[in-house]
Amino acid sequence: MIAQSVTTETYDYDVVKMFTIMAVIYGIVGFILGVFIASELAFPDLNAGIPYISFGRLRPLHTSAVIFAFGGSVLFATSYYIVQRTSKARLFSDFLSRFTFWGWNLVIVLAVITYPLGLTQGKEYAETIWPIDILITVVWVAYFINFVGTLAKRKEKHIYVANWFFLAFIITVAMLHIVNNLAIPVNLTDSYSIYPGVQDAMIQWWYGHNAVGFFLTAAFLGLMYYFVPKQAERPVYSYRLSIVHFWSLVFLYIWAGPHHLHYTALPDWAGTLGATFSIMLILPSWGGMINGIMTLSGAWHKLRTDPVLRFFIISLSFYGMSTLEGPLMAIKEVNALSHYTDWTVGHVHSGALGWVAMVSFGALYHLVPKLWGTPIWSVRLVNVHFWLATIGIVIYIVAMWISGIMQGLMWRAYDHFGNLTYSFAETVGAMHPYYAIRAVGGLIFLLGALLMAFNFVKTIGNKAAPASRAA
Amino acid sequence: MNHATIEKSIPLMAILTLVVVLIGGLVEIVPLFYLKSTVVEVKGMRPYTPLELKGRDIYLKEGCYNCHSQMIRPFRDEALRYGHYSLAAESMYDHPFQWGSKRTGPDLARVGGKYSNAWHQAHMRRPQDVAPESVMPPYPWLEKTELDYADIADRMSALTKVGVPYTQEQITNAITDLKAQAIFQSDDKNLKKRYGDRMALDDFDGIPDKITELDALVAYLQMLGTLVDFSTPQPQTR
Repeated sequence: MIAQSVTTETYDYDVVKMFTIMAVIYGIVGFILGVFIASELAFPDLNAGIPYISFGRLRPLHTSAVIFAFGGSVLFATSYYIVQRTSKARLFSDFLSRFTFWGWNLVIVLAVITYPLGLTQGKEYAETIWPIDILITVVWVAYFINFVGTLAKRKEKHIYVANWFFLAFIITVAMLHIVNNLAIPVNLTDSYSIYPGVQDAMIQWWYGHNAVGFFLTAAFLGLMYYFVPKQAERPVYSYRLSIVHFWSLVFLYIWAGPHHLHYTALPDWAGTLGATFSIMLILPSWGGMINGIMTLSGAWHKLRTDPVLRFFIISLSFYGMSTLEGPLMAIKEVNALSHYTDWTVGHVHSGALGWVAMVSFGALYHLVPKLWGTPIWSVRLVNVHFWLATIGIVIYIVAMWISGIMQGLMWRAYDHFGNLTYSFAETVGAMHPYYAIRAVGGLIFLLGALLMAFNFVKTIGNKAAPASRAA
Repeated sequence: MNHATIEKSIPLMAILTLVVVLIGGLVEIVPLFYLKSTVVEVKGMRPYTPLELKGRDIYLKEGCYNCHSQMIRPFRDEALRYGHYSLAAESMYDHPFQWGSKRTGPDLARVGGKYSNAWHQAHMRRPQDVAPESVMPPYPWLEKTELDYADIADRMSALTKVGVPYTQEQITNAITDLKAQAIFQSDDKNLKKRYGDRMALDDFDGIPDKITELDALVAYLQMLGTLVDFSTPQPQTR
């Protein structure tokens, strides 16, 4: 009698490994760029009069490197891993898997070449020129087919919650990318957006805020829903909560964009809508945080011994903090102070470093030993990375809170004659110490990531090594 | 409907997700294209001259928007520091918009005419020479790079396709007009006829024998916020 059916199919872990390695490399490149441009703001002589490394050209490279190269590679790796494991099926097409890998890397290489040359669309977080935009679209369609094709082969009746988030992320990013980048080309490198001023601003921030909402939030919640229960060896806290917060998150996020345009020439009603939905967003955001953190119920003691789990829990804590800070900053009166200042930059980094990077590190530490079938080389080093990253983030955010709020208050300070107290140049001068501190915070964060890379090199290269050291 | 039904069907899940994410965008974006109050036309707005347009392209190329906004908010301190708050119509010919999101440097929406060309030349060479606290990078290559304007007519034609009302005459004479504004082997009579009187005309880079990228960038900066006349008081509508 045959007791158990035998799985004939094997998972495609090769593509997951490829994306995992690239995620680590791109992460470090992106962090180095961040530290460098942060230092340029503290010490402008670092620009050295060289066009290719001036702040204006490198900043888009930094943002694209961390969001699309590092974040993107983490998402490809984890979504391909998770969709196979939860569907009990090999990826739909080996060709499409490789195509998305090489295609996505080509996009990144092209961005690395074009940005320093000054080839840009001049739209924040969507700087890639139109031929690259078309390539992104093609790769994204391949990704969609490969992901959905795998889901279609699933041997479980239900689609696992992580995959809802990945599916929403893939669909929405396609919509945002295509609509925001519609343009009339002038030649092979240049084009003009089809939308004029006000409409372009609205569409750009509809795109920009949902790059945050879907690329950096929904998708990473997806991987959180897989790795946190796995690492904690506990089931997801509440299935009902995951349903409610999934649908409310994807519905509400889309509306939040115009809070980036308070008091601008965008009609007031749009900003008011954006602010209202931003405040409502607290609920589904915290729903996700609670569902993640509470998954540890009954397993809290593991936090003492498992630094990987610590990465997940701190990432969820930063997620909760930035999703409370964000709606606060979307309130018009607060935004009047915070907008155009470093407070926004600090907020973005508490989300990007605290949430996205930390949850990614957790996922990578979980993945690498699984993929290469060997325990992590040094658990102690994971712990050191955890503390370096946490301390680096806190220094970064605090520096930006101080400089941002100070800047906002200095701009609107009056003397007793009713004149402005400070010239703009004086407010720039006051930022200097905080810009230097911020660069130090970033450097500490970068050091942690370098330790991670070193740990992975040792882990992968030293399969014969004895079991992991104690923490 | 039981959520299990959705969870078991990829098409249902995908379509419902798409519907849910479409709503917010439709409600917030579509009305902006037909509500007349979105952009109230004002007197004085005109498309960029060829030289200004090239300057704007350089502004984008150098990523100036990463540190400079072009959107003055209706606050007292901003009025004192930068001037009248920005109107929607003032960016009606901007593809893409350049409102920015960060003021590492000051707002530039009304920087036109605020400083002399000589100031801009010195500032671009080394910002710290004119503003010691500045963290802006130097742009010494701008005055050393000759402006490539061979494609200016193509650029203007492309912009007409997205709704910028350049006339055929303006496109045909683009190169002549570009040289005229930089006072280079040409005169200005027809340029002003084609674009109106509100424009800066000068050898912007201080180098008489060639047109450089600095010429174009300074020409652009010198026109920012100068098209609409705010000197005559307007009745408050609110």
